[in-house]
Amino acid sequence: MSNDTGPNFQQNVSRALNDKQLRKNFKFAMGNFILKRKQIFSDESKTEQLRQVGNAIKRRVLSQLPQLLEELEEKCTRNGIQVHWAETTIEANQQVLRIMNAHQATRLVKGKSMVSEEMGLNEFLQQNKIEVVETDLGEFIIQLNDEKPSHIIVPAIHKNKQQIAEIFHQKLADTPYTEKVEELNAIARRILRQKFFNAQVGLSGVNFAVAETGTLCLVENEGNGRMSTTVPPVHIAVMGLEKVVEKLADIPPMLRLLTGSATGQLITTYVNMITSARKPGEKDGPKEVHLIILDNGRSEILADPQLRQTLQCIRCGTCLNHCPVYTRIGGHAYGFVYPGPIGKILNPQIEGLKKAGELATASSLCEACAEVCPVKIPIPQLLRRLRNESYASGSIATVKDGGYKKNVIETIGWKGWEMMNTHPHINAIGNKIMSRLGAKIPKIGPLKQWTRYRTAPKFAPKSLHQLVDEEGIQDE
Amino acid sequence: MNDASRAQILKRLHAATQQQPVDTPEMADLPVELLTPPQKIETLKAHMEAVRTEVHVVAARDWTKLLKKILKKRDLKTLLYAPGTPVGSEVQKAWAEEPERLPELVSYKDNIENFKEQLFDIDAAVTSTVGGIAETGAVILWPDEKEPRLMSLVPPIHIAILQAAKIYTTFSEAIQAEDWAQKMPTNVVLISGPSKTADIELTLAFGVHGPKELIVLILKDE
Repeated sequence: MSNDTGPNFQQNVSRALNDKQLRKNFKFAMGNFILKRKQIFSDESKTEQLRQVGNAIKRRVLSQLPQLLEELEEKCTRNGIQVHWAETTIEANQQVLRIMNAHQATRLVKGKSMVSEEMGLNEFLQQNKIEVVETDLGEFIIQLNDEKPSHIIVPAIHKNKQQIAEIFHQKLADTPYTEKVEELNAIARRILRQKFFNAQVGLSGVNFAVAETGTLCLVENEGNGRMSTTVPPVHIAVMGLEKVVEKLADIPPMLRLLTGSATGQLITTYVNMITSARKPGEKDGPKEVHLIILDNGRSEILADPQLRQTLQCIRCGTCLNHCPVYTRIGGHAYGFVYPGPIGKILNPQIEGLKKAGELATASSLCEACAEVCPVKIPIPQLLRRLRNESYASGSIATVKDGGYKKNVIETIGWKGWEMMNTHPHINAIGNKIMSRLGAKIPKIGPLKQWTRYRTAPKFAPKSLHQLVDEEGIQDE
Repeated sequence: MNDASRAQILKRLHAATQQQPVDTPEMADLPVELLTPPQKIETLKAHMEAVRTEVHVVAARDWTKLLKKILKKRDLKTLLYAPGTPVGSEVQKAWAEEPERLPELVSYKDNIENFKEQLFDIDAAVTSTVGGIAETGAVILWPDEKEPRLMSLVPPIHIAILQAAKIYTTFSEAIQAEDWAQKMPTNVVLISGPSKTADIELTLAFGVHGPKELIVLILKDE
């Protein structure tokens, strides 16, 4: 989806803004999500307390991240879960394939997992002749239509039911056109039950991994996650390394924050906690459970004291729902796996500023995302930081491609501005010149860009200094 | 290859947290108002009904009678149950007394590999629970050898038996009271309602992959 220089973001945005159906679908859905979240978090002070706890739990995790991952590995191993570490998505994909091959397996059912999207797992496995079936209804729909998720919680939200009816009718054999949501669900149920029944391996993400007990927590409403992790004889779970939490006691508050923020629910239909493979005597559940812990740039993000807050994210998607930019352009326009505000800070750090840095500019810094984030990530602050990193102004950081936007003209421009404002005499001369000639500066280059949607300011004939002087006020 | 990746990742993480330690704020405990036993029943019932669970409060000695009534109304062929559990034994006893017009009892008699075909064809299952959570509305299932994991997932109707005395106010309370951290089993699952989705235009629809109906019987000692 994204090439070396990144997707053409401007073009994507224009296309999305001109798609009336798309804008209508998003406007409706996001408005709905905002309302539902408000209903569940109706008590402001209690919500704030809960967010404080969420923030504290995740900061505590980051402060001892390597130790917790080692503990998680130890506990999982003791419980019979096999742990694998992957530095890159390529390595993670190969680990999945190796496990599949070890079982001569060619059929995989998947529960919803954003990390698997980050890995490009489906494409990789299909190239290796493995049948991959997305079983979350939304993911199933977009897989049929060969699309990517446009939202991290409701991946097919950019489609309305008429469009989905058409996809089912076109892509599924013997399926008459129906717009009835109940009927569409029943069709998916029938087809996917057969897939669960026949699958050799099930793959899932992880919402929280508990170091204390070696428990993988999966949150869902449909039951496809439980199917994928219980029916097939092998279960592979993939997680970004930031998903670990310290204690089992951390789960209840994190769960409240996750389900409330994501879908405005008190709790999901299922909270599935997996601590081991099938034990002797037990009649079902996978005989083998694998956990793949993916880095893919995260350990480098942890090195920066400010940007590491990105790793507090629990992928609830509420920043998408509340973002005025996301609501208007939808998830696909961003051109990266993670859309919306969280994507604007995460993708540039994983993929590099050259490829994804432009995302950080697509924000009005309205602060809505920061106000609702369940773990209090100061997204607008991090956006500004990444914008600065693009010019490498005063950077101590190691963000990939830092300073890629740095150019001579801008650097000289800002140096000149600095000089004018730190030397009173030069400032006075500069003011005089600008008051006479300011209006005559030709609107070309960056000024043309800048004045496309803005009115150029008029320079006053006299500076504030002059006016104050004339009034006879001593300003020093 | 794997060990090298592990070492590299941990090395970077250790360096990151040592060179720039993360400041960790004090964590305040969240205030909890513990509910009284009747409040717990009411709260759990209300929350679970809101997500379309059928909830009945019944005297402990009468629950199998109610179960029979519920099942007769639905005209089912088979009911999966777990012999050897307290719930299973009572079901067996009740069926022996009066088997007419009731679904045939089926037990999870073999490993999934040999039982899968039959399992995917069963109409309903009855399981026990180890407790409930009032604050969010959910039952807690702790599957084991006698009561396998898929009983509460594959059949289209799931009936869960909950002792009123085992309802906790919060999830945190349940974890603490039963000391979960010391004895996590293969799988624990919290269930709040029938399987559902809102993936198409946010229209809520029930019975996607899991049970289409969840029926909870709350047993009260008189």
